[in-house]
Amino acid sequence: MTVSYENSKVVFQGIKDAGITSLSALPETWLGLLLQQADKDPDVTLIQVAKEEEAIGIAAGAYFAGERHILLMQNHGFLAAMNGIVSLAMLYGIPLCMLIALRGHWGEPYPWHTRGGIVTEGVLRALNVPFEYARDPREVGRQIREAYTFSQSSLSPVALLLTRDLMEEAL
Amino acid sequence: MKRAECIAMLYPELDDKVVVTIMGACAQELYDLGHRENFFYLQHAMGLASSIGLGLALHLPREKVVVLDGDGSVLMNLGTLATLARYRPANLVHFIFDNGSLLSTGGFDTHTTSGITDLAAIARGAGIEHVAAVDSVIDFGEAAVEAFARNDLGVIVAKVAAVGPNHYGMDLQLPENAFRFKRWIAARKSSPARASLTTREAL
Repeated sequence: MTVSYENSKVVFQGIKDAGITSLSALPETWLGLLLQQADKDPDVTLIQVAKEEEAIGIAAGAYFAGERHILLMQNHGFLAAMNGIVSLAMLYGIPLCMLIALRGHWGEPYPWHTRGGIVTEGVLRALNVPFEYARDPREVGRQIREAYTFSQSSLSPVALLLTRDLMEEAL
Repeated sequence: MKRAECIAMLYPELDDKVVVTIMGACAQELYDLGHRENFFYLQHAMGLASSIGLGLALHLPREKVVVLDGDGSVLMNLGTLATLARYRPANLVHFIFDNGSLLSTGGFDTHTTSGITDLAAIARGAGIEHVAAVDSVIDFGEAAVEAFARNDLGVIVAKVAAVGPNHYGMDLQLPENAFRFKRWIAARKSSPARASLTTREAL
């Protein structure tokens, strides 16, 4: 199973087309190719964190600074960032636009990803974080743009779940 | 040395800086000196004050950003020191008030009590070049002046007594603080006088 180079490009282009100029991320396999593009792009600031919860703080700082910022992380990183999401973003009304690689879901061969994958949607629902699944490269650009817009108008975290259909090469 | 003395010494320097403070005693002591629109009080999410500071500093190169942090908070997010070192924002000064205590929650010892864990050494080991460890008000003041004058990331670890205010409370709702803080920054960015400055001049 390999990560889709073409769709990684499509996702990164969608980020660019949404006017995003700053990204915080913790690299993971599905995000690797698009983060490489972000790293090379002179118009985008990429901030790599040691743990995903830091990115919630960085995103808040970027928002205060008036920068168009999104977060890229694996779903296990989303779980690791929980208190920042609740007790910084939600508590203060700070928008977060999170693109989350949904590992451990349909078709997952690796046992270690499965528990996180199984609980991700339930945790998003429990937190009342609006989310959508991104499966189709023809739709993902619009979904990123709309996710960002909604995060700003609702002053809320929102999540776009990047699925296997989108991020891996079709067999 | 008391943290309140250090904060009182810093206070006159903070009127034109973007300031983020942690919760509890530190926030209260700053607030009690007089709230300003450029102060953001992180009243929860322990560990993230320095991450907010990094996000501010990287996206506001013309501003000086000040983070008022504590040992308990930093210990919850030690990775932040490595991330700060990696991106090395020249316009960020990170104060860590180390009272060796989770004072606001009953005074339990933290790992820094009795010098077991050395946060300044951790900051240096993380790769931060300018780290000062101080335990007197005079040394604190000198370290702060140097850090503000220097155009580079600075971390100041100040050993302080485990004492805090005898009251808590602010006439400021949390989202209100966020909205007003953001508005202060936006007004600074759109100010023609400052917009004409280059980053280096502004710093």
